[in-house]
Amino acid sequence: MAISFTLNEREVAAEFPPNRLLIDLLRDHFKLKGTKRSCDMEVCGACTVLLNGQPVSSCTTLAADADQGSIVTIEGLSPEAGLSRIQQAFVDHGAAQCGFCTPGFIVAVTDLLSRNPSPSDDEIRHHLRGNLCRCTGYVKILEAVKSLVPPGREGVKAQVKA
Amino acid sequence: MRPAAFDYLRPTAVAEAVRGISGSDGAFFYAGGTELLLALKMRVLRADRLIDLKRIPQLDRIALSERGELTIGARATHRQIEESALVQQVLPALGRLCSQVANIRVRSVGTIGGNLCFAEPHADPGTFLAALGARLHLVGAQGERMVAADEFVLGEFETARRDDELLSHIVIPAQAGPSAYRRFRHGERPSVGVGVSWRLAKGGRTIETARIRFGALGPRPQAVEALEQALGGVETAKASGRIAELLPHALDALEVISDRHGGADYKRHLAATLLQRCIADAHQAALGGRP
Repeated sequence: MAISFTLNEREVAAEFPPNRLLIDLLRDHFKLKGTKRSCDMEVCGACTVLLNGQPVSSCTTLAADADQGSIVTIEGLSPEAGLSRIQQAFVDHGAAQCGFCTPGFIVAVTDLLSRNPSPSDDEIRHHLRGNLCRCTGYVKILEAVKSLVPPGREGVKAQVKA
Repeated sequence: MRPAAFDYLRPTAVAEAVRGISGSDGAFFYAGGTELLLALKMRVLRADRLIDLKRIPQLDRIALSERGELTIGARATHRQIEESALVQQVLPALGRLCSQVANIRVRSVGTIGGNLCFAEPHADPGTFLAALGARLHLVGAQGERMVAADEFVLGEFETARRDDELLSHIVIPAQAGPSAYRRFRHGERPSVGVGVSWRLAKGGRTIETARIRFGALGPRPQAVEALEQALGGVETAKASGRIAELLPHALDALEVISDRHGGADYKRHLAATLLQRCIADAHQAALGGRP
């Protein structure tokens, strides 16, 4: 089948059999290797990309689902030169160890902060619960995300809701 | 892992989707795919044809009907339900339940209808919807019908839905009274789930009727009539004490499977604890005037 979609703000098209998975299209056809295959069963989060603005496991999404929509991968979240503010925060706080889970975390954090710029610690933990880090680096990752919340604004949305 | 080859249809109307599935043994409806694609990748299931439901309008609609019932389109995602202002207003316990399903990626694309139709016993929505007395609307080649959530799940991965029927939406009598759902988690799935809903007598202090369902313990959500009957006519503040008298033996009748989520005795213990917490939640909701 033939599809066309926006990939990291670029119009692209591809043709493939319907059983093709999104992760294979991204890694094999478009050579975007930042999206990692790990658990292969939507548990670990290493393959997270944004599909129409929502985080999805690209290992368990059909490539066909991108048709007429938009996909953002870790490559699309990185400026041409230097690092994004989320990437920089991960570097500054030592939140990347082997680095394998990091792209998935950056995509998940992008989704969190775009909807809730001032998450509480609990909200950060809840949102990132589905991203696994085998280097056990969660404390550093939490610190990196917390550093992106404006001082005194933690959990503002949660308080308003309550 | 990748699924074996299949045909792929993208209907834009319910009737077209139903026609697409009729007469084909290996055709499956496809929405979020969070469970179906896993099964296809592991080759536990084999599909000749997937019928993508995402281009059919209105199947993800969340609304309050004229009769005061909450209707939720089967294709509404867990995240959509969690974030719905209407759900937060009329049935906040359902929003909280959806916020706890699996992980954010599954919640973003996984649908409530897919969850119900897949009928994995370790799942939350079916238990709570049965406790709420929800009804499921099915559309098939031979017409439409409503099935009670209680009658929908027949066993593990087995439902009352015929192969050519599409689950279009769920109808929940949301404003009947306070409700609560609690679960104990093992990995990303519930080991035990307990749902409670009450209809209150005039004045709002006394329980008229109670519905209680236990999920994930056996193949399908289960009721314990003795517990439900014991709460009739009891003040909400005294419900916890009334249940405590019965709990030592009331759960003996439940079918509980020992598995990697825990042994049967342990799960019964969890079920009793979660039930008491649900009753405390429902009492609080009754005091606060919010179901």
